[in-house]
Amino acid sequence: MADDSPEKDRPVAPAGGSAEPPKSDPNDTSAGPPSAELKDAAKPVAPSTPTAPVAPQASATPAATKPAAPAARPVAPAAPKEPAIKPLPLDNELVQRMKSRFGSAIQEAWLDRKQSIIVVACGLLAEVARSCRDDEEFDMLTDLTAVDWPKREKRFDVVLNLYSFARNERLRLKAMAAENESVPTLCAVWPAANWMEREVFDMFGLVFEGHPNLQRILMPDEWEGYPLRKDYDILRQDTAWVRENLGIESGQ
Amino acid sequence: MDERSIHGMSGASATVLGADEIILNMGPQHPSTHGVLRVKLKLDGERVVGTECIIGYLHRGVEKIAEHRSYQQFAPYVDRMDYVAAVSNGLGYCEAVEKLLGAEAPPRARVVRTILTELQRIASHLLWLGTHALDIGALTPVFYCFREREEILKIFEKYCGARLTTHAFRIGGLQYETYDGFEADTKRFCDDFAHKIDEYETLLTENRIWVERTKGVGILSAEDAIALSVTGPVLRASGVKWDIRKAMPYAAYDQYEFEIPTRENGDTYDRYLVRMEEMRQSRRICLQAVENIPSGPIMGKVGKVLKPPPGEVYHAIEAPKGELGYYIISDGTTQPYRLRVRPPSFINLQAFDSMARGGLVADVVAIIGTIDIVLGEVDR
Repeated sequence: MADDSPEKDRPVAPAGGSAEPPKSDPNDTSAGPPSAELKDAAKPVAPSTPTAPVAPQASATPAATKPAAPAARPVAPAAPKEPAIKPLPLDNELVQRMKSRFGSAIQEAWLDRKQSIIVVACGLLAEVARSCRDDEEFDMLTDLTAVDWPKREKRFDVVLNLYSFARNERLRLKAMAAENESVPTLCAVWPAANWMEREVFDMFGLVFEGHPNLQRILMPDEWEGYPLRKDYDILRQDTAWVRENLGIESGQ
Repeated sequence: MDERSIHGMSGASATVLGADEIILNMGPQHPSTHGVLRVKLKLDGERVVGTECIIGYLHRGVEKIAEHRSYQQFAPYVDRMDYVAAVSNGLGYCEAVEKLLGAEAPPRARVVRTILTELQRIASHLLWLGTHALDIGALTPVFYCFREREEILKIFEKYCGARLTTHAFRIGGLQYETYDGFEADTKRFCDDFAHKIDEYETLLTENRIWVERTKGVGILSAEDAIALSVTGPVLRASGVKWDIRKAMPYAAYDQYEFEIPTRENGDTYDRYLVRMEEMRQSRRICLQAVENIPSGPIMGKVGKVLKPPPGEVYHAIEAPKGELGYYIISDGTTQPYRLRVRPPSFINLQAFDSMARGGLVADVVAIIGTIDIVLGEVDR
C-alpha cells in the first residue's frame, strides 16, 4: 500500500467527468472564475486588468478587446502564472507525530483552501482514526462519506471529517479503497459511524469490515446498484423493483 | 455505551422476541413522526427495549442531482432538504461554493444574510415548539407559534417572493436588494417577539403536565452526544458549549454579541429551554444587525459561469438543527464532481435509540419531537 503513488491520483487531476485536462487550467483560475465567453480572450485581458474579473463587465468587453488580443499575447502569461488557489504541501507537527506513529501508512498530506487533508493507508484507517481521537483530541467524527474516481486503480476515497473541540480545528482523513476491498469499520471508535457507513455502503457499495449492521439505509433493501457511483446513470433505476413494488413501468 | 445500544435491534434480533415482548410499528404515516419516519419499537409492556428507525421514504438523490447541475442550478435544491429552514440551507451552500471559488460576499450581503438566517432560525424553532407541544398534548402553543412564524414568512415573502423554499441568496451575495421597510418590519417583529416568547413560557415552562412529560425523558449525556456526533441544540442541552457561529464564525456573526445557551441534564425539558433561549438570542442578533446594515454592493466578484479551481472544501454552518456541512469537490468544470451534504437531522436521529431505550412507549413521541428532525433532510 505504501508503494502506491497517490500523487498521480490526486483530486487535482480527476479521473472522470472532466471535460478538459485540468493541467491547462491554471491560467483560468488565476483570474478568478472566468466566464465561458471570456475564455478565448482571457489571456490578453486578465493581466492588464487583474483586479476586475467581474463577469458583467468582462463579458461586455471581449468583442472590443479581441482584435487587440494577438499583440498582448506574448506579455500575458508572465504575471498571473500562479493560480490563486492551489493545494500546498502540509508538514506540520501533527503530520510529523502521525508519521512517527504510523510511518508509511501516512501517505500524503496537503492543505487545500486552508483545510488539512491527510491520506492514510486503508488497512490502518481504524487505528489512525483512534489515534486521532485519543492522542490528538479530534473527538468528533463530523462526517464520513466516500468519493468515486472510477478510472483510478483504487476507485474509492473514504473521507472522514474530524473535529476537535479542544483545538477548534478540523482534519480530513482519506483512505483509498478498491472496489472489492473492505474498509475497516469505525463503529468501535465513534458509534456515529454506524449510519454514515451504512449510507456509504448504500450509495457506493463499499463494504465496512466488522460493521454490526451493514444494510441499506436510504434505498430499499432489495435495490440493485449503487446510485452514487459514477457509472450509475442519473436516469437509471431498478426497473424490476419499481415494477414489482410500485406496480408501474417507470418511476420517472 | 456498548455497541448493542447503538445499532438497536436489527436483523435477527428484531425477530427474536421474549415471551412478554411485542413489536410495535410507528409510522411512516403517524402524525407525530413529523413526516415519513417509521420506527419499529420492541416493547416489554410499556418499556421500550429496542428501536429501529427506517428511513429513506423521501430519498431523492440530492447528492446525485448535484453532480449533474451547475453550481447555480443546484442552489434551489438545497432549500428542499430542510424545508422549514430553507434560508439556512442556502446560506451554507452559497458560502461553501464561495469558499471553493475563493470569493467572498460583500459586507452588506453578509449582514442581510445574517438577519434572514436568524429570522429563519426563529421560524424553525417556532415550528418545532408548536408541533412538539402538540405531540405532547398542549394544543394552544401551536396557534401562537404559527401566528409569529407567519410574520417571519411575510418578511421572506416581501424580500424574495417565496415563503418556504426561498432561494434567498445567490453564490457571491444576494440577488435582491432589501425592500423598503425591511429594517422596520424586522425591528417591529423583534420588538413584539420578546413578549411572545414570555407568553409561550407561561404556557409551558412551569406547566406541571409539560414538566412531567419532559423532565428526565430521553436523557443524552455529553459523552454520548459527542460520540454520536450530535450537534446543535441537542448537544448544547447536554452541556457542551459549542456553536459554530462562535467557534468558526461565518457570515457576519463575529460582529454581534450573543450567548450560547447550554443546560446540564440533556433531557427533553432542557432541550426545550435551550431552544427557547436560542430564539431570544437570535432576536438579539437581528436587532443588532438591523440597526447598522452597511451600504454598498450586494453581489461579490463572481462570474456568470462558475468554474471553481480543482480541489475541495468543507464548510459548515450552525443551522437551526445542528451542524449543516457541505463537502464539495471541484474538478474545474461547471458542475461539482462530488457534493456531500452533512445533514444534522440524519445524524442527530441516530441518537434516538440511546434516548428512547429503557423509556416508556408514550415518551417516544416526545423524544422524536425533541430531536427536531425534518425528514426531507434525513433522507435527502
